[in-house]
Amino acid sequence: MRFVENPVGKKIAMSVTGFLLLAFLFIHLIGNSTIYLGPDGINTYAKGLHSLPPVVWTFRIVMLIIFALHIYFGIKVTLENRQAKPNGYAISKNINSTLSSRTMIWTGLIVLAFVVYHLLHFTLQVTQPHFITSKNLDYLGRPDVFKMIVLSFQRIGITLIYAIGLLSLMLHLTHGIQSLMQTVGLNNERFMPKFRLFGLIIAVFLLVAYLSIPTVVLTGVLKA
Amino acid sequence: MDLNLYVWRQKDKDSQGRLEQYKAYDISPDMSFLEMLDVVNERLIKEGKEPIAFDHDCREGICGMCSQVINGVPHGPQEKTTVCQLHMRHFKDGDTIYIEPWRARAFPVIKDLIVDRSALDRIIQAGGYISVHTGGVPDGNAILISKKDADTAMDAAQCIGCGACVAACPNGSAMLFTAAKVSHLASLPQGRVEAAKRVCMMTEQMLKEGFGNCSNHYECEAACPKGIKVSFIAKLNREFIKAQF
Ligand code: HEM
Ligand code: SF4
Ligand code: FES
Repeated sequence: MRFVENPVGKKIAMSVTGFLLLAFLFIHLIGNSTIYLGPDGINTYAKGLHSLPPVVWTFRIVMLIIFALHIYFGIKVTLENRQAKPNGYAISKNINSTLSSRTMIWTGLIVLAFVVYHLLHFTLQVTQPHFITSKNLDYLGRPDVFKMIVLSFQRIGITLIYAIGLLSLMLHLTHGIQSLMQTVGLNNERFMPKFRLFGLIIAVFLLVAYLSIPTVVLTGVLKA
Repeated sequence: MDLNLYVWRQKDKDSQGRLEQYKAYDISPDMSFLEMLDVVNERLIKEGKEPIAFDHDCREGICGMCSQVINGVPHGPQEKTTVCQLHMRHFKDGDTIYIEPWRARAFPVIKDLIVDRSALDRIIQAGGYISVHTGGVPDGNAILISKKDADTAMDAAQCIGCGACVAACPNGSAMLFTAAKVSHLASLPQGRVEAAKRVCMMTEQMLKEGFGNCSNHYECEAACPKGIKVSFIAKLNREFIKAQF
């Protein structure tokens, strides 16, 4: 039987892709935090990033494959699991499972919808045709990414969409990170509670760190 | 005490089952749960009705035959206890109790509370054995096994194959059962030889039997009457990764 058909193999594929996505979240966060250096910070960063198209495109394609694989296995595994339990109980009780563990497919799909929106919003810039960075340059002639971000998050609706997406991600990772440790076999009785706490801390950290940007814009701390 | 029972009744594999209400009268707190059902069945037989069919054998918590989901928990409310060892003192007069069979696609209901658990046997047949030559009976301590490994093997060997882990799992996965068997044999030198093949064969059989995958909900551990830990699932995963190289 092929590795990716085996029940454990599928889960290892999910945990490896999940881990790589998690690693990307940290890289992306470092990039985003250049916004705290002001317009010069993030506009320099954005220009630098796009000055190397082959690197950017390789990175994008690799990320797309990783994301697609994670989604494919996530849906496959969930469908198989539902088929394996066709009838439930009249009275059912959850003892060890959590809201976060039982909603992985839903939080995952919300994250997917959010990522699609996020790409349309900031990468393809089709959701705000009145502000295209290639036509709005800053004083040094760089695409004014800073202004685009600030103008967006000043609108409560957009900030709300980001909040929902990031909250779902937090729920996904609260279970996902400790689950990953178990799937790759690093877990044991002693480490289990530590991994759970570690997963929760990372999940909350990512939520707070990412959401800080829309928050400082919405509250007027960061202005264009 | 008197109890109000809702019991799953199903004529055979192909029939549609449903919950039916029964009263249990004059139940002593010292009775086991199965004895309580015996009392109900005696009355049903006297009334010329079909008694409730349920699995049982040793009634001392070692064979793994008894299998009932009581108020949503496989083997009932007492931790690390099989149904046969669960006593009525854990219930109060007038309690309503729901009794349902193990639920999973791989465990079809045969009749009432009895399900077909032969899928677990076929997982064992796929690799839960040692077929290398181990010679005659060795002298005691001729093969040294560390205390830690011996303990791990013994803890894993506690599994009685009841299937409560599958019943508790929202995915109908048999990972805890399979992990216990894999860990038991992989912890001993005689079992190491075939460890890689075993873990692959047994997990593949799990899939073929229609069990789900493990989402690490850990409901199995809460239901297991023998206290098998989910850390054995992590061990199974390690064994599977090792088997790839
Ligand atoms: C940045 C995005 C994402 C990250 C960082 C991430 C991370 C993870 C991690 C670490 C796991 C645990 C793997 C394991 O159990 O070993 C996981 C599980 C899961 N992910 Fe994601 N994920 C992301 C997006 C998605 C998306 C878009 C979906 C949509 C289908 C999804 C669906 C799932 C499902 C269903 C599971 C649970 C699988 C199971 O039941 O065993 N994830 N994810
Ligand atoms: S692991 Fe526990 S619940 Fe599962 S079959 Fe073995 S004894 Fe029963
Ligand atoms: S009847 Fe043997 S374990 Fe319950």
